[in-house]
Amino acid sequence: MRRRVLPGFGISLGYTLAYLGLIVLLPLVALAWKATGIGFHGLLQLLASPRTLAALRLSFGGALLAALLNVFLGLLVAWTLVRYRFPGRRLFDALIDLPFALPTAVAGIALTAIYAPNGWLGRWLVPMGIQVAYAPPGVLLAMVFVGFPFVVRTLQPVLQSLARDVEEAAESLGATRAQTFFRVILPVLVPTLLTGFALALARAVGEYGSVIFIAGNIPMRSEIAPLLIVQKLEEFDYAGAAALGVVMLAFSFVLLVLIALLQHWSGRWAERGA
Amino acid sequence: MSGGSARGGSTGRWLGHVAIIAFASLFLIVFLLLPLASVFAEAFRQGMQAYLASLQQPEALSAIRLTLLVAAIAVPLNLVFGVAAAWAMTRFEFRGKAALGALIDLPFSVSPVISGLVYVLLFGAQGWFGPWLDAHGVRIIFAVPGLVLATVFITLPFVARELIPLMQAQGSEEEEAARVLGANAWQMFFRVTLPNIRWALLYGVLLCNARAMGEFGAVSVVSGHIRGLTTTMPLEVEMRYNEYDYVGAFAIASLLALLALLTLAVKTFLEWRYGDEIAAHAPGGH
Repeated sequence: MRRRVLPGFGISLGYTLAYLGLIVLLPLVALAWKATGIGFHGLLQLLASPRTLAALRLSFGGALLAALLNVFLGLLVAWTLVRYRFPGRRLFDALIDLPFALPTAVAGIALTAIYAPNGWLGRWLVPMGIQVAYAPPGVLLAMVFVGFPFVVRTLQPVLQSLARDVEEAAESLGATRAQTFFRVILPVLVPTLLTGFALALARAVGEYGSVIFIAGNIPMRSEIAPLLIVQKLEEFDYAGAAALGVVMLAFSFVLLVLIALLQHWSGRWAERGA
Repeated sequence: MSGGSARGGSTGRWLGHVAIIAFASLFLIVFLLLPLASVFAEAFRQGMQAYLASLQQPEALSAIRLTLLVAAIAVPLNLVFGVAAAWAMTRFEFRGKAALGALIDLPFSVSPVISGLVYVLLFGAQGWFGPWLDAHGVRIIFAVPGLVLATVFITLPFVARELIPLMQAQGSEEEEAARVLGANAWQMFFRVTLPNIRWALLYGVLLCNARAMGEFGAVSVVSGHIRGLTTTMPLEVEMRYNEYDYVGAFAIASLLALLALLTLAVKTFLEWRYGDEIAAHAPGGH
C-alpha cells in the first residue's frame, strides 16, 4: 500500500467516529432499546389508539401535502428568481432562507398572530369561513413554511445550468411554450424536484416548534405526533415516547427510501430521454 | 431579461411574464415578509417603553445569557468535529465512507423532539445512566448540560456539510506539496488547509450558530422549563406566550428575528463576496 503523505488519518477518523458514536449512535441505540420496553403487545396497543393514529396521519399526511405544495411553489419561485430580472429580486433571493434562519418558535407565534381571528389576515379569512390558526390548515401552513427553502435552493443551481439552446431548439421546431416546459424542461428537473421534495418532507414530518403554536393542538384533529411524544414524556411514559419515536423514524426512513428509488428511476429515465 | 425567444415581443407573452413575477413577489411578501413584520409589530404594540421593560426583566436577561452560553459551547464543539470529519472524509479512502456521510447527515432528518428525547432516555431519572448520575449528584437533564447536548446533536452536521464538498473539490495537492516541502502537520493545517477553507468554515459556523441559538423542540424536551435556570430565549418566548404576555414573548422573539436577519445578511455577503471559496456546496441542506 502507498504510504500516506497526509497526516492525521487515525486521529481525524477516530475523533469523528467517537464523537458520532457518543452524540448520535449511543442515544439512538438507547431509543431503540427503550422502545422495546413496551413489548409487541404494547406497540399494537399504541398503534391501535385512535389518538396516535390521528396524530401520525396528520404528521405524515400533512408533511406529504406540504412537501407537494412546496414543489409547486418552490418551482415557481426558483424559476422567477433565475429567469427574470425585476426590482427586489436580490432581496427576495436573500429572504428565501428566512425559514432556515428564523427560530421555529418565532415563526410559530408570528404565523399564529397573522392568522388568528384578530390577526392581519385572519380578520379577513375567518369571516369568510377559512380558519387557518388553531386548525389543520395552520399545521399545513407551518409545515410549508419550514420546508419552503429546500425546494428553491435545490432547484436554483440546476435551473441556472439548464442549457438554453435545447429550449430554443424546441421552440424553433414549433413547440409551444407549454410544450417546451412540460416536454423539455420538466423531465430534466424531476430528480431535483424529488430531492427537494424529500428534504422538505423530512423537515416537515418532525417539525415541532412552528406547528404547536398555530395548531391549537386539539386531540384527534390538530395534534401532531411529536407533540404526543412530549406528552408521553411529561407523563413519564418513557417506553411509550420511545416507541412512538421509533415508529416515526421508521416511517420517515421508508418514505425517504421510496423517494430515493423514485429518483433513481427518474434519473435513468431522464438520461435515456436526453 | 425575460425568457422570451428571438420571436418574442408579443404583448401576450410579456403579460405572462409580468403575471408570474407579480404572483411570485406577492406570495413571498405574504408568506415570508409578513411573519417577519408581524414579530416587530407585535413587540412594539404597546410602545417602546413596554418593549424595553419586558427585555430588562431578570428572566429575559438570564435567558439571553443561557442562550449565549449554550451556543458558545455547542458551536466550537461542532466546529472541531466538522473540520476533523471533513479531513477524514475528503483526504483518505476507507471502507464505509458513504455510511459515515449518511450518519453525519442523520441529525437533519430526526425530529427535534426525538433529538431531545434520546438524551432523556440516556440521562433522565429513568434513563440508562440516570440512577448512577443521581447517586453522584450530577444533573444533565433539566439542567444546562442537557441543553448543550441536545443543541450539539441538532447542529452537528452544519460545519461538516459545508466543508466536505469544498475540500473534495479542492483536492489535496497543495497539502501534499506542503508536506513534501517539509511542513509539519500543524504548519500544513494552519498555513495551507485553513486559509483555503476559512470562508466556508465561517459560513458553516454562521448557520450552526443560528440554529444553536434558535433551537426549540430539542431543548424544550430536556429543559424542564425552570425559569431563570434552564430557559433559553426560544423557551422564554414560549413560556411568555403561554402566559398571554404577548408583548414580552414577541420582544424576545424580535431579538431572535434580528439574529436571523443578521445571519441572512452575513450569509448573503459571504455568498456574494466569496462565492467560489464557499464552493458548490450541496444545495438545500441547511
